[in-house]
Amino acid sequence: MAYDLSFAREVYKNSEMGHWIKMCMQCGVCAGSCPLGPHWEHSPRQLFQMVRAGKKEEVLKSSSMWMCTSCYNCIVRCPRHLPITHIVHGLARYAMEQGMANPQQPTHRFASKVFWENIVATGRVGEAGLTMKLYFLDGLGAGIRMGLEMKDVALGMVKTGRLNPIPFRGKIKGYAGFQAMLQKAAAIESKHKEAKA
Amino acid sequence: MKEYTFYPGCSSEKGASAANMENSVHAMCQMLGIKLHEIDDWNCCSASIGYAGGGELPRMALSARNFALAKKQFGNRDLVATCAACWLGMRETHERLEEDQQVKADLNEALQAAGLSYDGGIKTRHMVEVLIEDFGFDALKAKVTKPLTGIKVAGYVGCQTNRPFGVAGDNFENPQYLDKMTEACGATAVPFEKKVACCGGALAFSENEKSCALIRDILQSAVDNGADVISTPCPVCQLNVEVYQDKVNKMFGTRFRIPVVYYSQLFVLAWGGGWQKAALHQQVVPADVLKKFA
Repeated sequence: MAYDLSFAREVYKNSEMGHWIKMCMQCGVCAGSCPLGPHWEHSPRQLFQMVRAGKKEEVLKSSSMWMCTSCYNCIVRCPRHLPITHIVHGLARYAMEQGMANPQQPTHRFASKVFWENIVATGRVGEAGLTMKLYFLDGLGAGIRMGLEMKDVALGMVKTGRLNPIPFRGKIKGYAGFQAMLQKAAAIESKHKEAKA
Repeated sequence: MKEYTFYPGCSSEKGASAANMENSVHAMCQMLGIKLHEIDDWNCCSASIGYAGGGELPRMALSARNFALAKKQFGNRDLVATCAACWLGMRETHERLEEDQQVKADLNEALQAAGLSYDGGIKTRHMVEVLIEDFGFDALKAKVTKPLTGIKVAGYVGCQTNRPFGVAGDNFENPQYLDKMTEACGATAVPFEKKVACCGGALAFSENEKSCALIRDILQSAVDNGADVISTPCPVCQLNVEVYQDKVNKMFGTRFRIPVVYYSQLFVLAWGGGWQKAALHQQVVPADVLKKFA
């Protein structure tokens, strides 16, 4: 059987820090260092070997990348100094770009749908709006259920002046420029990707 | 009087989750003779999970805009952050922008759309670096008027104030600086196996039960070592380990109720600043054990 390197080459070129995967020596220190290790479908070590083995579908549909808490334990422990956290973030983003990330995966939904949209809407994160939107993603009933489950947490924070119950805040003053800047940055990034493809 | 450019970040806004950090940091700085110049009209740094929606360049553009505004308003003065994720995100963008001419050119092309530019030169620092490097533990200790004698503190450094950049050349696996701050306040730093363990970070939102299992282990380690309070520099650690204690208790049949405070709150208290200035009235789990020092 011949090796098919096309997916590996795709990742090296198009996924953030993906070219570092070439350097992985399969020691597994990353897998043993991850706080959510027990919940990974595939450990980082396995993911990297799967990239090299051409398993595009299995890699990009894996829920693994979305288990990353950004604790950076794997980065500081990797004996070959691979920026593993960034590679994993890159694969998660690439799975999204390829339309292969599971839309129901909770962290995928939170990170891409709720969190980024919250930043882009005003320039800053509004925590109350962020939480409400996350809870109500699955409709009114689920939202109310989540709200009730978390009500003591929320009440404790409102009482101590750490949660503003009115989920509205204005935009930053330079919002028009801020928005134009983000659009431009996204356009430059796609231009680079097209040039490399 | 030492002066710095200041980036508070979203969780330090008025009425946001780290308002107790923000308020105590300002009191701490005032008592120490630090003047913070907040960047006018700053935006979010993208935090830990901005990578998914933002990708590479838009994510870094967020910090680039803050750098450009900082330079315009305050020149090359050091930029100080108090939030772990803000500091990390800015530091990453800073390094990539300074080391890679293509990244610098791309970010400037994006900034131009906002009528801004940034040619580099501002150093991004964490508040604890300022305390350690620009003042030193002896100076922090010399200000103590109400030593927190007898209080046992589990110093919870967490992840992002520690990795991947580290503070003051400290060790990633067992950093010492937070324990030294505890001791500078006159309190006792207890051994703490979960000192650099992860609380789940942003996944406490999306994967709450997985995060609660991590939080349980952190609380258990603090209690096993006899800690009266947990102290941390990180707003996500503080929030997660404090506000989910009831949830953890329900999930695991435990009975945790231990205050989780910021290093800045302990300093303000030990320097005689009192309860309100230390923002200790803003704790969800009341830090009653510290009342006698107020």
